[in-house]
Amino acid sequence: MAIVAALTAGTRPQKAVSVEKAAEMIPDGAVLMIGGFMGVGSPHRLIAELVRQGRKDLTVICNDTSRPDNGVGLLVVARALRKVVASHIGTNPETQKQMIAGDIEVELVPQGTLAEQVRAGGYGLGGVLTPTGIGTPVEDGKQTIVVDGKTFLVEKPLRADFALVAAKRADYRGNLEYEMTARNFNPLMAMAAETVIAEPVEIVPTGVIAPDHVVTPHVLVDYIIQRSRPNGR
Amino acid sequence: MDDKIVIASRVALELAPGELVNLGIGLPTLVANYLPPGVEVFFQSENGLIGVQPVPEIGLEDEFLTDAGGSPVGAVPGACAFDSAFSFGLIRGGHLSATVLGGLEVDEEGHLANWMVPGKMVPGMGGAMDLVTGAKRVIVAMTHTAKGAPKIIPKCTLPLTSVRRVDLVVTELAVIAPTPEGLVLREIAPGVSVEQVVKMTAARLIVPADVAQMPVAA
Repeated sequence: MAIVAALTAGTRPQKAVSVEKAAEMIPDGAVLMIGGFMGVGSPHRLIAELVRQGRKDLTVICNDTSRPDNGVGLLVVARALRKVVASHIGTNPETQKQMIAGDIEVELVPQGTLAEQVRAGGYGLGGVLTPTGIGTPVEDGKQTIVVDGKTFLVEKPLRADFALVAAKRADYRGNLEYEMTARNFNPLMAMAAETVIAEPVEIVPTGVIAPDHVVTPHVLVDYIIQRSRPNGR
Repeated sequence: MDDKIVIASRVALELAPGELVNLGIGLPTLVANYLPPGVEVFFQSENGLIGVQPVPEIGLEDEFLTDAGGSPVGAVPGACAFDSAFSFGLIRGGHLSATVLGGLEVDEEGHLANWMVPGKMVPGMGGAMDLVTGAKRVIVAMTHTAKGAPKIIPKCTLPLTSVRRVDLVVTELAVIAPTPEGLVLREIAPGVSVEQVVKMTAARLIVPADVAQMPVAA
């Protein structure tokens, strides 16, 4: 511990946090972005801890509600959510059941539009213009704009209080690297929230992730979830 | 022969070497099994990959390498991974040669409905609206009828996926091309008559003098 302290004391705020402490930072009623696609690339330990702590009335922006026993699906089953903004809920019968019963509000958004809304929120844009959804129920109540004779829907930016992102590796500073299809919405969400909590599979020394391989720069990451079993035990 | 094999093997003939193609979950996924020898197509998965292939060996699954249904897949040498905004940039930006999707209804204008049945099934549109809006070619791969009721009808009763006219509809009975003039019957399956197809189709079909026979997997 002494060596750790000598290396980092006073140089920067500590980012490492236990999963319990991280979940405690998130109050009931918070708006969350949660990375993952059918649970692949979701922060599973954070999700399980939010369920364990009995969080409720959350609004979650995510690609899908996965299955009842996986990813965001666990939050649905635990009745932790007031609202979901997602592109797909079809693989989780519990989401549909709660939606029909009026227990949960579901806003369905085309997947590409959802990605762009999150990106716009993180990139400081006032929204995006997309042809997707024109002439469908997605258009209802939304502004349209004609550019060079083509009609586009105005889709507003999305932001959240917290982004819970999963990564393959984080270094000591919080630079994040992703693996294959577990990347999905994670880097977009890491740009679009007030507080970003990263749950990496591995934590490695700074420098191990080469600059060209860093996808989410450390300055965006506020907290890194500690490994639950140091030294692999 | 199994209806799904008839449909998948016929759709496979639409794909050309070097194309970037997105296959929907379910029946469209089977198309990859029927590519003619020597035809290399790059399959995109909207969760962020170009170069999807089957898992090479049971037991070698990578939990972070999956298709859009969350099932494990493999990746070809030269595969590339990217985030969801980029993935849909490929789709919406016209970089996708073709998308193959399932369908609930197709109508005389070539409109597709495939994402919800109000009051019954509300799974969400996932990537379907972006795919139908943005791909260079949209191929619908579906059974001709559902429980005996025609799925190709004068006007869609279900909410549309897009107002874009799809390019081709392949069923176990026929290949139909939506055009500005209407639905043109291009091919009929072996052992099926034009009259049978017309009878199983609620929409008006334009029947040219030269309706070809559908080539299907040997």
